[in-house]
Amino acid sequence: MSDYNFAYLDEQTKRMIRRAILKGIAVPGYQVPFASREMPMPYGWGTGGVQVSAACLMPEDVLKVIDQGADDTTNAVSIRKFFEKTAEVAVTEKTREATVIQTRHRIPEELLTEGQILVYQVPIPEPLRFLEPRETETRKMHALEEYGLMHVKLYEDIAKHGHIATSYAYPVKVEGRYVMDPSPIPKFDNPKMEMAAIQLFGAGREQRIYAVPPYTKVVSLDFEDHPFDPSKANHPCDLCGAEHTYLDEVIIDDDGGRMFVCSDTDYCAERQATGHRGRLSPSQDLEKAAE
Amino acid sequence: MLEKQMSDQSLIGAFATPPQDAARAFRAALEALARPGTLHEIKGGQAPAPVSEAAASLLLTLCDPETPLCLMGAHDTPEFRDWIAFQIGAPIVGPAKAMFALGTWDALQPVTAFPIGTAEYPDRSTTLIVEMDTLSQDGAQLTGPGIETTASLSLPALEPFQMNAMLFPLGLDFYFTSGTQIAGLPRSTQVTDMMEAN
Repeated sequence: MSDYNFAYLDEQTKRMIRRAILKGIAVPGYQVPFASREMPMPYGWGTGGVQVSAACLMPEDVLKVIDQGADDTTNAVSIRKFFEKTAEVAVTEKTREATVIQTRHRIPEELLTEGQILVYQVPIPEPLRFLEPRETETRKMHALEEYGLMHVKLYEDIAKHGHIATSYAYPVKVEGRYVMDPSPIPKFDNPKMEMAAIQLFGAGREQRIYAVPPYTKVVSLDFEDHPFDPSKANHPCDLCGAEHTYLDEVIIDDDGGRMFVCSDTDYCAERQATGHRGRLSPSQDLEKAAE
Repeated sequence: MLEKQMSDQSLIGAFATPPQDAARAFRAALEALARPGTLHEIKGGQAPAPVSEAAASLLLTLCDPETPLCLMGAHDTPEFRDWIAFQIGAPIVGPAKAMFALGTWDALQPVTAFPIGTAEYPDRSTTLIVEMDTLSQDGAQLTGPGIETTASLSLPALEPFQMNAMLFPLGLDFYFTSGTQIAGLPRSTQVTDMMEAN
């Protein structure tokens, strides 16, 4: 028996968060204000995602937490431990086995299925915030569906750089109505947002929750003559050889040596376990694979 | 004597293990609203008749002293008000101030009396819990967010839900409850007549 209430938060707080989540589901892409609580971690470490996860978790759930695709980084490990202690739920690193996945800045490579919930940690939920700092104004812009400013910003990108230079937190339009910040996921992940799982977004410091129900239309903003391009590094993964995944570039020595590896550690490990090899895979593995 | 019986009734019917039961009930409610046309089990709450187990469980999961609740028709009984007061603490209000409303479809009329939110805050709207005799996956055809192709749900009417969808992003959200079953219909769902659709 844990010394904490199940999933840490008190029941009244969970009810408040749950009501906000349901409003978010009913109005896809609309940012629902909620009374975000102080959590035992600093802002910017996923307090919004943690509160949404806490409100969703059932005792039977299997939780996976990733940070930039990795299960083994500080943020992911500490949040996973937090829920192991306070909710006593099972945890996993396998995308397939998880029922609730909390993520910072990535969507897993493996297709998510019905029955899964993907919880995003969101730093700045308002896609128009860097164009218009006043909340009163951005709220009006959403109400009036006045998104011209965002298109001007994308156009200025093209005028300056020849292409849309936004590569993460690339704005999307949800179900033809609200322009939404998909959180700082790489734009490579944007097309995956039309998925079978429920997507929930929690911004703790900014006190907003929003949602994308399954099979909801999520369109990355673009122009007819500059269509959206979910670009990725032009390399295969150096550990598993995958050519279709999002890659991290890692500096490996003082001479400018570098390697590209899948940012999704679970996906990469599983490919390596099934015999896939990349350019820099350890040689004894190659021999073993050849046997 | 009678009075004592009534108060006793209001003291029972809460979740046995509130955090865990409410979590399971919420997930049923979340799946129901996120996938319109699907039916889910929601249980653990017992309120005085005629309130279904599903409706009682949903109220225990979502309502508290911060959520004005509107009881309509046969659901507005002194016994149930006592139960709400003891178990939930939600203030009982009229339609214009309700965050949640409970009743049969006929009792909830006219649904236009409930707030649909404002352009800047579409979330400031009422969620209606409609008690039904039965729930089944046939009848009106549903399309929209949460539905891969089409879904069907035995709605108590057609036109009011079509009108509601036209208000999007404003509008009402609906839960339908029967026994321990729950289904959801958010404002984002387009509703068409099965006959017309075919």
